[in-house]
Amino acid sequence: MKKFLFSFLCVLSGLLFGALILKLSGISPVEAYKVMWNGAFSRPSYIAYIIIRSTPLILTGLSVAFAFRTGLFNIGSEGQFIIGALTAAYFGFIFNFNPWIQIPLVLALSVFISSLYGGLAGFMKARFGVHEVISTIMLNWIALYFSNYMVLSEGFHKVNTETSEFINPSTSITILENWKSSDSGMNWLSNHPFLNEFMRPSLNAGIFFALIAVFIIWLILKKTTFGFKLKAVGISPEAARYAGINVNKKMTQSMMIAGGLSGLAGATHVMGVSKNIAILAAHEGYGFDGIAVSLIGSNSPFGSLTAGFFLGALKYSGQKIQSALEAPSEVISIMIGAIIFFIAIPIIFERPINKVLKIWEKK
Amino acid sequence: MFALELKNISKTFGTFKANDGINLSVKSGEVHAILGENGAGKSTLMKIIFGLYQPDAGGEIYLKGKKVEIPTPRFAIKNGIGMVHQHFMLVRPFSILQNIILGVEPRTWFGSVNYKAARAQVMALSETYNFNIDPDRLVETISVGMQQRVEIIKTLYRNAELIILDEPTAVLTPQEVLDFYRIVENLKRLGKTIIIITHKLHEIKEIADRCTIIRKGLFIETVDVGTTSEEELASKMVGRKVDLKVSKSEAVPGDMVFNVEDLSVDNDKHLPAVKNLNLTLHRGEILGLAGIDGNGQSELVEALAGLRKFKSGSIKINDKEIGHLTPRKIYESKLAMIPEDRQRRGLVMDFKVKENFVLQRIEKSPFSHYGFIINRELEKFADSMMERFDIRPRNIELNARNLSGGNQQKIILAREIANNPDVLIAFQPTRGLDVGAIQYIHQEIIKLRDQGKAILLISYELDEVINLSDRVAVIVDGGISVNISHETLVTQNNIKEYIGLFMAGGSV
Repeated sequence: MKKFLFSFLCVLSGLLFGALILKLSGISPVEAYKVMWNGAFSRPSYIAYIIIRSTPLILTGLSVAFAFRTGLFNIGSEGQFIIGALTAAYFGFIFNFNPWIQIPLVLALSVFISSLYGGLAGFMKARFGVHEVISTIMLNWIALYFSNYMVLSEGFHKVNTETSEFINPSTSITILENWKSSDSGMNWLSNHPFLNEFMRPSLNAGIFFALIAVFIIWLILKKTTFGFKLKAVGISPEAARYAGINVNKKMTQSMMIAGGLSGLAGATHVMGVSKNIAILAAHEGYGFDGIAVSLIGSNSPFGSLTAGFFLGALKYSGQKIQSALEAPSEVISIMIGAIIFFIAIPIIFERPINKVLKIWEKK
Repeated sequence: MFALELKNISKTFGTFKANDGINLSVKSGEVHAILGENGAGKSTLMKIIFGLYQPDAGGEIYLKGKKVEIPTPRFAIKNGIGMVHQHFMLVRPFSILQNIILGVEPRTWFGSVNYKAARAQVMALSETYNFNIDPDRLVETISVGMQQRVEIIKTLYRNAELIILDEPTAVLTPQEVLDFYRIVENLKRLGKTIIIITHKLHEIKEIADRCTIIRKGLFIETVDVGTTSEEELASKMVGRKVDLKVSKSEAVPGDMVFNVEDLSVDNDKHLPAVKNLNLTLHRGEILGLAGIDGNGQSELVEALAGLRKFKSGSIKINDKEIGHLTPRKIYESKLAMIPEDRQRRGLVMDFKVKENFVLQRIEKSPFSHYGFIINRELEKFADSMMERFDIRPRNIELNARNLSGGNQQKIILAREIANNPDVLIAFQPTRGLDVGAIQYIHQEIIKLRDQGKAILLISYELDEVINLSDRVAVIVDGGISVNISHETLVTQNNIKEYIGLFMAGGSV
């Protein structure tokens, strides 16, 4: 309750700050927020787009949040995302089995390899004392250039483009992709206007994987001895060590799971949205946004879910003020920055919240 | 005349009254002790005097008879108040001289630090008060006692007339304590007024003129130290009659159960900290390990607990080698441990009480099943422990952080005893606890001994070692310098001085 209120106030302040920026750039904030609101929720297809946008954010947010519970700051979500995406694109192109085998296989490979990639940072911390912030930043760049190298490798590179080959259709997790363009599908959908609209964007099954991941992570943290020990390590590594918990092992395991989650984000993105990967000049920011999601969601699984949707909606609707009002869409980045800023200095809101809650309890 | 007078000072944090109507009058030129248990509100009061906290409305502060408000430490320093914190505020890579003048450096005409003038001034102070310092030594290379002197000179350099010393002897060796007493006498002779915050009774008897007692934030009484006995001071401090001696029956030592041979351990800097140390423990006895902080005790305990690799030697429990095993395996070999720092190592402070009870055993039946925690069992176990050890408040859902130090220590003790250990290593088991909790922990340790457990008590408080132990070993520079038998312990006159001599490096 308290945490939720805190996040809520921070978000609200961030939006107010964004309004101020808009005002300073000579744009009516009321108008802009109206455009954003309508741009996010006025049509079913918009909501579908938001779901698509939010899926990777929820997963990378979950990844950062999970590592954070073990006292690790996973800056490497970005790189793990890239490794997951690369693995999915590569094996989705190389393999071509029946979808019922192909999809689980490619997903599992992506999660597995990216978890090793994440675990590497945990292992280096445990074994050599390399701080995970430093190592994961490095690993992000290694992932980026390795991915670029792979995109250009013969057999995988799509000739005369900046991208890789597309994954085989059997790898796609886009929902009812073929049926939608078939005669019967078009027929059925035209009789159901809401679903017709809702299904127009290429919705994918990634959101289901994200929901399942949120639930599993919640279960681990809340109900299992494994989560118990992870949290003990996160809160007090010294006490955990004294209590006979293998702190180094737990750190590595935690980073492996975090890496797997980010990798899952990358894989669902490729298998459901992009269908291939491209040469990257810079990081796309899915992983870095995950840090924001985790912070806004107070590092909890369900918090990450909510915050992931929020950030997805914000980013999606933020584009629209550009075309409608000629407002710079960078305002959205400023808002997110402001929200994080408010979260980073909890003293602004914690005292007032405590006071309000106290009065509340007295009633 | 009064150097400082406080009238009806209160300080409230939320709903908690840390100070409640405190009166304090400190005469010019006296040594005034503030006595109270941990959490009685001594530190809060001192922080008010030093301008770190503002008192609630209604209280009055008089400095040399003039009514003042002390809004900041800067104001306090300007008005001749100096404070030496329990944890020294020194820049370790700086020299003594640099530390003393830090923030109030004399300047030359073009703005650089005038070390010549500073040195002359500091040396003059050092001579006047007989401090005997070498101004160019780096602080990180000098002893704790010397660091304390630097802190005191710092206040004098800022023209302090009233010096507050917060738990000044907590970190000193017995020899350094004697030097400290001499320094205080000197300061007093030269007209300084001194306030000492402490909970050590003999210290008050030694150096204080008058003593103000605080209990649970309330002003109890100001007494003349000369006409008040230690027992009286203690009862006023805790609010009931206390017996300062631990009552225990003769030990009946049984078989040898724990055995450390030729143990050598390095510290973090890869220098030898424990050197060829030997220890044996029998069932039904308490072996006290006396020694000054920093003589290898921490490294020894970490090695015994499996948290630190050791170079050579062996550690055996019931003739089974446990050296180099993991902490978990060592725990399962029936070795229990009360760590030195309960907040950092004993408990996960942001875990609930019920979770802290099963920190080592969460994986064991009945607390979990196929990796899933069985909350019902956690609660059952925690409830029974809370009841048996009278841990308060009786709320297993609270975070350990929200309990008092004494109750936190009871959780650790309860948890360790619950595993039915053969050997208990108690490292500073009563550090920072109040008299009531100390008594309780001591009694529980003796009860364990009477049940036939072997106990290794490691403490920097010589009184505690002497009161509780059946045998004593003195650790100096990582080795046992002398073993003191039970006979010597009960028959030797001036046992405290006798052991203190060995602790300071003396030999037989």
